[in-house]
Amino acid sequence: MSFLNIFKTDATRHTTMYSGHVVPDAVRCVQCGICSYNCPIGIDVRAHVWREQPVKHSECLTCGECVARCPRGVLRFVQTDLFERRDE
Amino acid sequence: MRYVIIGAGVAGYSALQAIRSVDKTGEIVMISDDPNGYYSRPGLAYYLTGELDDKALYPNKQEDYKKLNFKYIRGRVTKIMREDRTLELDGKTLLTYSKLLVAVGARATPLDVPGSKLEGVVKLDHLADAKNIVKLARGGRSAVVVGGGITALELTEGLIARGMKVHYLLRGDHYWSNVLEKGESEVVEHRLQEEGVQLHRQAEIKEIVGKRNQVSEVRLQDGRVIKCDLVAYAIGIRPCMELVKDIGLKLDRGILADEHLQTSDPDIYAAGDVAQVFDPLTGRAVLDSLWNPAREQGKVAGLNMAGRKTAYLKSPPFNVTRLAGLTTTIIGTVGRGYDLDLFGIARGDSETWRDMPDAIVAQNGFDVNHMRLLLGEKTLLGAVIMGDQKLSWPLQKMIVGAADISPIREQLMKPNAPVADLIADFWVNWRQNADL
Repeated sequence: MSFLNIFKTDATRHTTMYSGHVVPDAVRCVQCGICSYNCPIGIDVRAHVWREQPVKHSECLTCGECVARCPRGVLRFVQTDLFERRDE
Repeated sequence: MRYVIIGAGVAGYSALQAIRSVDKTGEIVMISDDPNGYYSRPGLAYYLTGELDDKALYPNKQEDYKKLNFKYIRGRVTKIMREDRTLELDGKTLLTYSKLLVAVGARATPLDVPGSKLEGVVKLDHLADAKNIVKLARGGRSAVVVGGGITALELTEGLIARGMKVHYLLRGDHYWSNVLEKGESEVVEHRLQEEGVQLHRQAEIKEIVGKRNQVSEVRLQDGRVIKCDLVAYAIGIRPCMELVKDIGLKLDRGILADEHLQTSDPDIYAAGDVAQVFDPLTGRAVLDSLWNPAREQGKVAGLNMAGRKTAYLKSPPFNVTRLAGLTTTIIGTVGRGYDLDLFGIARGDSETWRDMPDAIVAQNGFDVNHMRLLLGEKTLLGAVIMGDQKLSWPLQKMIVGAADISPIREQLMKPNAPVADLIADFWVNWRQNADL
């Protein structure tokens, strides 16, 4: 896990940090856990994928670490509806 | 009501969740002799390369299991007595069942050459095997990898990541020749060589020789000798049939199961790698050794066991893997014929992939970003996507959703067609209509 990665300043991150969230395509997932293992704040991304739920976690930084690390293309960013409430 | 699940893999765990979702009070017993219980078996590849530690392979916490309110027995079922609906555990204890799920998986086909029992001859079935490999793999040592499919390359990549020199033996001329096209195999082989892997073609092991019961070299049929400290094999897998072979169930290469995952005994269900399930795509019962079908089969079996009649609709088989570091997606029917390196199928594999009909192929060039599409009359039948995965997700959805590609079929068939652009443009429109 690279904590420093959350300070990266690429264009994708700037966009997603305020307007995106991570959604899974569960049929691709084999529950290997690389996503959860690399999440800098310890969100259990894998558990969201098993339940086929988007990662709308109040503490998610949308740093993109899980999306980039997943070896199977399970995760991707989508635009968040800014008026939608985030769950815990 | 007592439900018994034999096996703690994803099929067994998925069945457990499904049963509990319907029957809130019935007794559920899960039995497994794997000391590690439920973990991500495909994740072992990433544990071998050091991308994960072993603890990260377990998806569930104790409280997740508590919620499911079931009994876990670590032990081995030694007999199924169908007439009494009773199991024998470890040769002594008896346990009755109302509904039984057999989800015992598959294990590596043994390497049948002299010396295969020596210390240092390894396979990759379980977490215990992976830990053994990690223990034995030390920098500067040499390993021989024999076999094919995804597991052979997982072993190769894992051993390289741990600093070993790897010799990869191919019995024929090319890697995974009944799933990949020659050009695709060559891309993988080239990348392996760039990683420092020494490929040995037309290489058939005659014997493994040891010193003080420890592997020291491999001798090939044609006289070549390769000094090594480790031999890792992945020559295929076989469904674990020992438990069911003499109890009168209908069997073929696996336990035959209908669309409800029910076997020829209405109280016994089968799911996962041990189940041979009817496939509407090919019109016959096939074996898969893929995570998601095992999960789906377990779920459907569990729902049916608990009385909620549900049919399993097999999708075109699909996997995403890394071949020599190159992300590769395989969907539907893409190959045919035989692969000299595998007996049957490997892990992360499907028999359906080898059922390629007489389809027309559209593809772009054989560089690291490569795509091959199998075109049917109106739909895409299969795809291999190597490298750039931007179209992997769209193609998966279009194949599973049987998208009518008639509007672009003619264009796709033209020589040097801009295949990726045509698919990308088509996807944008199809996706809106399919509401994805």
